[in-house]
Amino acid sequence: MIAFTLNGRRRQVDVPDDTPLLWVIREELGLTGTKFGCGIAQCGACTVHMDGAPVRSCSMAVAAVDGADIVTIEGLSGEAAAAVQGAWEDLDVVQCGYCQSGQIMSAVALLTDNPKPTDTDIDDAMSGNVCRCATYVRIRAAIHEAAKRLGG
Amino acid sequence: MLRIRETSDQPSRRQVLKAGAAAGAGLIIGFHWSPRRAFAKSADDAGETFAPNAFVRVAPDNTVTVLSKHIEFGQGTYTGLATLVAEELDADWDQIRVETAPADAYLYNNLHWGPVQGTGGSSSLGNSYMQLRRAGAMARALLVEAAARRWRVPEFLVTVDKGVVSHAASKRSATFGELAAEAAELPPPVDVTLKDPKDFKLIGTHVPRVDSRDKSRGTARFTIDMTLPDMLTAVIARPRVFGATVKSLDATAAKAVAGVTDVVEIPRGVAVVAKGFWAAKTGRDKLVIDWDTSAAETRGSAEIMAEYKRLAAKPGDMVRQDGDAEKAIAGAATVLEAAFEFPFLAHAPMEALDCLVRLGSNGCDVWTGSQLPTLDQGTAAAILGLAPEQVRVHTLLTGGSFGRRATPDSDMVAEAVHVAKAIGGRAPVKVIWTREDDIQGGRYRPMYYHTLKGGLDKAGNLVGWQHRIVGQSILKGTPFEGALVKDGIDQTSVEGASNLPYAIPGITIDLHTTDVRVPVLWWRAVGSTHTAYAVETFMDELAAAAGRDPVEFRRPLLAGHPRHAGVLELAAEKVGWGTPLGPGRGRGIAVAESFHSYVAQVADVTVEDDGFLKVDRVVCAVDCGLAVTPDVVRAQMEGGIGYGLGAILHDAITLDDGGRVEQANFDTYVPLRIDEMPQVEVHIVPSSEAPTGVGEPGVPPIGPAVANAVFAATGKRIRTLPFADHDLSRA
Repeated sequence: MIAFTLNGRRRQVDVPDDTPLLWVIREELGLTGTKFGCGIAQCGACTVHMDGAPVRSCSMAVAAVDGADIVTIEGLSGEAAAAVQGAWEDLDVVQCGYCQSGQIMSAVALLTDNPKPTDTDIDDAMSGNVCRCATYVRIRAAIHEAAKRLGG
Repeated sequence: MLRIRETSDQPSRRQVLKAGAAAGAGLIIGFHWSPRRAFAKSADDAGETFAPNAFVRVAPDNTVTVLSKHIEFGQGTYTGLATLVAEELDADWDQIRVETAPADAYLYNNLHWGPVQGTGGSSSLGNSYMQLRRAGAMARALLVEAAARRWRVPEFLVTVDKGVVSHAASKRSATFGELAAEAAELPPPVDVTLKDPKDFKLIGTHVPRVDSRDKSRGTARFTIDMTLPDMLTAVIARPRVFGATVKSLDATAAKAVAGVTDVVEIPRGVAVVAKGFWAAKTGRDKLVIDWDTSAAETRGSAEIMAEYKRLAAKPGDMVRQDGDAEKAIAGAATVLEAAFEFPFLAHAPMEALDCLVRLGSNGCDVWTGSQLPTLDQGTAAAILGLAPEQVRVHTLLTGGSFGRRATPDSDMVAEAVHVAKAIGGRAPVKVIWTREDDIQGGRYRPMYYHTLKGGLDKAGNLVGWQHRIVGQSILKGTPFEGALVKDGIDQTSVEGASNLPYAIPGITIDLHTTDVRVPVLWWRAVGSTHTAYAVETFMDELAAAAGRDPVEFRRPLLAGHPRHAGVLELAAEKVGWGTPLGPGRGRGIAVAESFHSYVAQVADVTVEDDGFLKVDRVVCAVDCGLAVTPDVVRAQMEGGIGYGLGAILHDAITLDDGGRVEQANFDTYVPLRIDEMPQVEVHIVPSSEAPTGVGEPGVPPIGPAVANAVFAATGKRIRTLPFADHDLSRA
């Protein structure tokens, strides 16, 4: 039995230790906002927060999160999240939308750490998140806009 | 993707009745058939929903639902189609909802191809433009009539604004929802009047995307997110070599994996079925399969390209002949020749393929995101021995496609139906493709080889042009062959070359169609992904050879093509063409028409001493006729530039000497990332021409614009893609 906190709620799961956290979240616990993109931590569609830091849940064995605090797109809260999601909507960042949960998780983590990121900071924090629709121009603009709204 | 005849833009009443009758009561999910109310309410609607046609439903809660006959995979079609309805209906944008229509080739025919329900060829907005405006106008007319009857006033004194129907003199008003039940009782008008474009309130303005909120909150639902009670998940082992079949199978280890319930053979491989993805994938990886490769494609990319080069030495099937190109080139003062090599490309949408199938006593339900739902419906029905209308296709939002989910033989749906059938329909089954399955699964943009020869006279005028194309047909053997392969010429192999806009006295274009057993498919912008690269970089070579500026060189040659010239001039003006750039920097331009939209792009690049290439900025001019949703047009240009740029910089699917795909995931088939994305400026040509698509036309010019910029910066020509294979350092 592995236990961790998911979006503020204590959860216990009985699955093989090597099961990736992604599939535990999606299939055992029924939260589907976190996406499967590559399975090898190359695309970031599966990004969640583990103890506040962005991690790729597709390549994180569930045993490794025993006792951790996990937050998914469904559990995002706070000023940075509100600013990021608000900017994302106002700038119509999304196209197909499939990668955007992961993009937003990475962007919220960035702004939580660094309220006024430069373009280079954005490149460094966001280059692990692939968008095949190439919404990158607007992702960059939305992060700057969110930073502005946060007073950064 | 496809460009077929134009047909009437509205299903006739007879077609509608026929389709409804054939489908029978209640068989089309979300619709109940009744003679009086042809497109009656959805089963779960409360109260009297007003459904005047196949595209619009007004509910008593005052929501207006637009049924989209086209899939939304990011290109903004939901928003565009809803704009057309809302405009003519005078609805408030906040009351608009969009749902995907059920599969129905009559009601939801693509009017540019038909009779097929399909999304592709950048046709969604264009083929729907009049149809959905009429649908909105019809709904408006009935709501006005209902109000006029209720208030006993003449219809012409009833006005509609932002979802409120009013009679000014008596100060009465009602919402659409309040009038829905009465409007539903009225017979539809025979004809309706559409707005004069000068009265548009939404078309041509900024409207927020209808899908932004859900997609920014993780609540948008894709096929991979669908679950049903007792659902199983399947992962399929497919051969590593195209065309191989199962010779022998040892599933012992796979069946021993906890959670695996079934291992079944299907025509395209072996499916491991389990209680969840991880068990299914773990089981799949433990299969021991011996493949029979006797009928497979075992040649490697190098061998295939060598054959293409041999073929290019001989004339192919004539595509276009203007004047006498051979004679013109023979008499030219300067002759240039160039050859180009293009690799296979995978689409690699973020959501790899997936499909959920449930078999039951009343037929089959399919949940997926497909660009060709009615073809899939037919394929599923044939596998199961059902009538097509017994297969209900539920189209979900899709995490990209770029053409991959438009397979004429319905590979994705067929596999899932086979798996469901193989387990006796015991449980619903969702097939999930891994990224490796996607990258190695074929359906690529074909490999191509091009040779070009051009002649300049003493004054530097372009007098002769010979263009030979060698490659595989996408359409051969598909249901689209009859319409799109003419005299042996697959139009998708030559588009972008055959419609060369430049005024040249002698032009010859010919084609060798090759036989390769690698499955190929349309890839965002299809033929123009390679033809525009060859044409526009070769034009740049000719301009350089003539000692002319690339814009100035093209200008007189486009005199008869004002829309090409228009975007070329606009892009050049906006970028400040002719202003000097610093050392190590270069600027290149390209123009291309695809799917009746015209796009020019200028790329500014920096090439560092060590060869590191960065595309700094792209200025894009687009003429897509009337821009119904300008911000979606901008978004599609931005996205098309990024998609095309990633491919030319990094991507190739290559086959090793045994025919095995050498790439597997995003570590080897490298996607463009944010640090490589240039600044993009999009300028839209004001136009009152009929709207044309924007999903694909942003892609073709970026490759040649960047290549021409790299030449300007380094003097090096890149004629074999991708760029990653070339050393751009100053050695």
